[in-house]
Amino acid sequence: MNDSPRLWRDQLLPALTGISMLAALYMVFVLVPSERDQGIVQRIFYFHVNLAWMAFGGFVFVAVASVWFLRTGSRRADQLAHANAEVGMLYTTLVLVTGPIWARPIWGVWWTWDPRLTMTVVLWAIYAAYLMLRRLGGGDDTILRYAAVLGIVGTLDIPLLILAVRLWRGVHPAVMLSEEKDSGLQDPLMGWTVLVSGIALALLFTWLVSLRARVLAVDESVAALQLEGARS
Amino acid sequence: MKGLNYLFAAYTAVWLAIFFYLLSIGRKARRLERELEEMRRPRH
Repeated sequence: MNDSPRLWRDQLLPALTGISMLAALYMVFVLVPSERDQGIVQRIFYFHVNLAWMAFGGFVFVAVASVWFLRTGSRRADQLAHANAEVGMLYTTLVLVTGPIWARPIWGVWWTWDPRLTMTVVLWAIYAAYLMLRRLGGGDDTILRYAAVLGIVGTLDIPLLILAVRLWRGVHPAVMLSEEKDSGLQDPLMGWTVLVSGIALALLFTWLVSLRARVLAVDESVAALQLEGARS
Repeated sequence: MKGLNYLFAAYTAVWLAIFFYLLSIGRKARRLERELEEMRRPRH
């Protein structure tokens, strides 16, 4: 029997996640210089932005797995869509938590109905509805198909969210780059910290999805065995 | 240092949320283990 997937999921992936996360935290808290205008609080940026990008990636995967599920009825595809939506929700929730904590000392307010912030709340609500629909449906195939359609349609919010800063004027910055020296992400270490934090959060996302998808698969198998036992 | 409390609040929130999510997955896995164990037991 091939043990490679189990070795990857149970040993290599958590180890790589741990190492990259320690490296990211060391870079964020020790190595990277503070941004000139915002000071130390700007270091929230390294996780805040990457959490958002990883959540977008997770929701795109929900759409891909949902198309796969609608075409083939694959249980594996449905479980992967469910797990990605759940971890994507966790990451989006953290974007909505870290954002206001960063905004308070910089903008002077915890929250403002800026287009990008509003679109992020809309994205969160879409996938909250997706997960609630699945939960209330109790495994009914028709409900799962409706949820899959919602999972696909929900991704339409992502390009709107990305373009929101340019389409409608708001206070959320579009990019963190500046032509001025010592401002924005001019220091190469800042770029490296973004990259390492992104890798760490991507590995964490993959690990959490693999754990959740595994539990979902076992849950379905147990439910099927219980049903079989009740019939016999 | 100005803003240090905000920085720690943000990263603490991230780690607490990830910790509780991992805890919830662990609880679900243990519940399934118990259910499987019950199914393996011979019925009288």
